[in-house]
Amino acid sequence: MTIGKLRKNAWMTFVYILLLAGAAASLAPLYWLVRSSFMSLSQIFILPPKWIPSPFRWSNYTKAFSVVPFGRYYLNTALIVVGVVSGTVITSSLSAYAFARLCWRGRNVLFACLIASMMLPFAVTMIPLFVGWSRLGFANTYVPLILPAWFGGGAYNIFLLRQFYMTIPRELDESAFVDGAGYATIYRRILLPLTRPALIVVGMFSFMGCWNDFLGPLIYLSSSSLYTVSLGLRMFQGMYNAEWHLMMAASAVALMPVIVVFFIGQRYIIEGITLTGIKG
Amino acid sequence: MTVAGTKPQTRKAAYAARENWVGWLFALPAALGFLLFTLGPMVASLFYGFTDLTISGKWGFIGFENYARMFSGRDNYFYKALWMTTQYVLMSVPMKIIYAFLLAMALNQPVRGKSVFRTIFYLPTIVPTVAISMIWLWLLNPDFGLINQVLRGIGLNTKGLKWIYDKRSVIPSLSLMSMWTTGGITVVFLAGLQDVPKHLYEATSLDGGGAWARFRHVTLPMMSPTLFFNLCTTLIGSFQVFSEAYIMTNGGPDNASLFYVFYLYREAFSFTRMGSACAIAWVLFIIIMAVTMLVFKTSDLWVFYQAGEGGKA
Repeated sequence: MTIGKLRKNAWMTFVYILLLAGAAASLAPLYWLVRSSFMSLSQIFILPPKWIPSPFRWSNYTKAFSVVPFGRYYLNTALIVVGVVSGTVITSSLSAYAFARLCWRGRNVLFACLIASMMLPFAVTMIPLFVGWSRLGFANTYVPLILPAWFGGGAYNIFLLRQFYMTIPRELDESAFVDGAGYATIYRRILLPLTRPALIVVGMFSFMGCWNDFLGPLIYLSSSSLYTVSLGLRMFQGMYNAEWHLMMAASAVALMPVIVVFFIGQRYIIEGITLTGIKG
Repeated sequence: MTVAGTKPQTRKAAYAARENWVGWLFALPAALGFLLFTLGPMVASLFYGFTDLTISGKWGFIGFENYARMFSGRDNYFYKALWMTTQYVLMSVPMKIIYAFLLAMALNQPVRGKSVFRTIFYLPTIVPTVAISMIWLWLLNPDFGLINQVLRGIGLNTKGLKWIYDKRSVIPSLSLMSMWTTGGITVVFLAGLQDVPKHLYEATSLDGGGAWARFRHVTLPMMSPTLFFNLCTTLIGSFQVFSEAYIMTNGGPDNASLFYVFYLYREAFSFTRMGSACAIAWVLFIIIMAVTMLVFKTSDLWVFYQAGEGGKA
């Protein structure tokens, strides 16, 4: 009995050590970023390294904002994010309703096509899309970044929402149907409110995906006044590549919104990943 | 959806017809999106691969020239990019999967603060790629970076340890860095582990099996579908790595981190050879499909589905 208990204690100690080491590995880089962003350049290089900045130098942030117009880039990115998130939530919800609840010719074929398209490397469609948007005169605008989100919001989101629809009892909409409600009413009055948690997940994933997107803006946006935060940060790196304290402050600026959104909605996000078994 | 069985045949048919077009109406955005932003560009890309399309939009048909240039080695970078990407995939995929699985296993024990740990593990995955690259540029800095400072602190000689600035260590460094954002996989693994029926563990214990037996004969077979799924998605994702190399190493040093998609990007947007870039993209697509197919083929040998027969437990 005691030997068993001893072994169990040893095992649990091992488990905790593993978890704490993993947590430290996850958090240390972020902590190092924040720490360095409040230091002067000379303080950063002190050996052995200091873990807490003293004094706190907020001026790194004002400096970062003054050399690269991050305020402007925040607004630019926010504009794209609003367009993408609303398009994604609205159209993926409509499509998921059709796939989960309605019977129509070609449904299964289209659904299989959408699922298969998740495997397609973005590199395959990247060039023709770029050429197409350029021909239409939309290069260097936000149209190529926003408009596609209004066409179904991506196969992943449709799939996630469809999975969620499947968990809602069909009797609910069937009884409404018998009572004479039309499809639009059933969707709006019954399913839309019930799928709210899943819609929040879709909204958050698309917010984070859009805020973090690098390749899209990199390809389409050429004038620096249109840049997003990610592109601004990249530009900043080119200008100040040895001034680590400023680079870390600029990175923290780019990081802030996603961290805030994540902490507001992290419960939903974890549930969303668990529901589909796919990470965002 | 079926209308109550008492309805006359004609009304039933009318309902079905109505539902048919209502269904299409609701799915129209997705259908158009698939046509305009997936299928259309896919076909166009296949076609452009046989042309010398430039960024200005001019093109002429050149047959298999783009492919010939790649495979004959006349383009110095094709095999290089393929080899570097393969190395990265072979290194980062097992590292990510094993690390995520270990953490998920630990989280699945009766520990305190489970959801706090889970949140912490997931946190790095939401960091914008550009910010991730900045952080790791700083951490991996040979002279002042945290990692070399810690290694020196415990008495190691870090003189030759240049991480991403040495062509021999750049791929392992980027693979190590990719482990930082493995939290999404950890969460999926944990969800899978929590679904393993408890009675299977109890049965193994009753049969005298220890911790290893429980892991080997219950956890591993029950988790094999989740492992399989994560393996496929991680493989597909790793072949398409781009931003890290673009921002941190610019493909260097000495093209040692010229990842395949970076090579493609350069071909398209630095050398403006759009047609050739499309051909390069199709080769990537075929490689990814072949690798995924291979994993699917071997899955008979190691993936165990609860409902099916012939499981190798």
